[in-house]
Amino acid sequence: MTIGHQIAEPRQRRTIPGTSLFDGEAAARGYALNAMCYSFNDEKNREAFRADEEAYCARFGLTPEQRAAVAARNVLAMIEAGGNIYYLAKLAGIFGLNVQDVGAQQTGMSVEAFKQKLLAEAEN
Amino acid sequence: MAQIVGGVFTSHVPAIGGAIARGLQEDSYWKPFFDGFHPIHRWLAAARPDVVVLFYNDHGLNFFLDKMPTFAVGAASRYQNADEGWGLPVMKPFPGAEALSWHIIEHLVASEFDITMCQQMTVDHALTVPLALAWPGENNRPVKIVPIAINTVQHPLPSPKRCLALGRAVYEALSAWPGEERIAIFGTGGLSHQLDGERAGFINKDYDRFCLDNLGPNPEALTEHSALDIIELAGSQGIEIINWIAARGALGPVAHEISRNYHIPISNTAAATLLLETGEALSKVA
Repeated sequence: MTIGHQIAEPRQRRTIPGTSLFDGEAAARGYALNAMCYSFNDEKNREAFRADEEAYCARFGLTPEQRAAVAARNVLAMIEAGGNIYYLAKLAGIFGLNVQDVGAQQTGMSVEAFKQKLLAEAEN
Repeated sequence: MAQIVGGVFTSHVPAIGGAIARGLQEDSYWKPFFDGFHPIHRWLAAARPDVVVLFYNDHGLNFFLDKMPTFAVGAASRYQNADEGWGLPVMKPFPGAEALSWHIIEHLVASEFDITMCQQMTVDHALTVPLALAWPGENNRPVKIVPIAINTVQHPLPSPKRCLALGRAVYEALSAWPGEERIAIFGTGGLSHQLDGERAGFINKDYDRFCLDNLGPNPEALTEHSALDIIELAGSQGIEIINWIAARGALGPVAHEISRNYHIPISNTAAATLLLETGEALSKVA
């Protein structure tokens, strides 16, 4: 019996503007960065990061792209490097950034303008 | 016979926990959201549930990407809250309805839901904030809990249709439970919001209204969208509506709206609260 030889079609990826989908490919790419962020549930680890960021990132084996994104505090670059927002939020917290600060950074707005945009949604 | 009294559906934005800790319920930014809980407090006082089965999603407190269950059911006698990394006060542990958890697990697996069972499970703001909203005050927690976590983090995500079916299987389990408990169902998260990407801050009032209008009378309407459709319609984290869909299934066939509240924004989120009462509860009153 022969088994029909199926040629895998390239998977059609759904694209949603301004939105990255955290699929297997992204999760594999981002594993080291997300693992580091997950460690920040523990205050001891947050202190260790603050004390020596370079060494802490090295301990988790961040890729050069991930390390550069963290050094630049650039959330879109972290997502591009496979970071997931639920874990990245813990890193942002170390930098004193809440989700509205992070939203403002990603949309290129001031925090005040980003908050106004949200308030305006109630009127739309 | 156990009785399912009704369902509380609410957003679980972490900042709400911060507002509770700082006593900001009457502050002008927060009041429109907290006011939505007045009718729920009155209803809970009359309905007197002793168990809450709560559908939520973990945000990287208990589950990491090394092992990510699609559906996870708690089976513990006690659930610890813990530091999530950004300064929310840690709440006291919650007592678990352990025997009921195992009964639900038995029924789910017999019904071919291949769930993960957790005898140890830390619970994050998605569980603690809704319970603190429902029963304000540190020592005012009259319920035992059964937490059911749904993966909203790592794609592929479970379909809304499957989440409704899971909830319905939980309803069957609760209907067959011989205990005398009065059971409330909670579904937490949403409504539309997106934290990440260039579309951060996205909100969709029309889709949110569609969810609030249909969840009680016609939950199938919410399952006509795929998980990815919902992300497009409601934002990356708006997908948390699947927790509401599962919770709606656990209420049983009939659910009547008692109250709702919808307020934009709380943090980046279109915040909503919905209270549904079961046909079962209504017939007991009548």
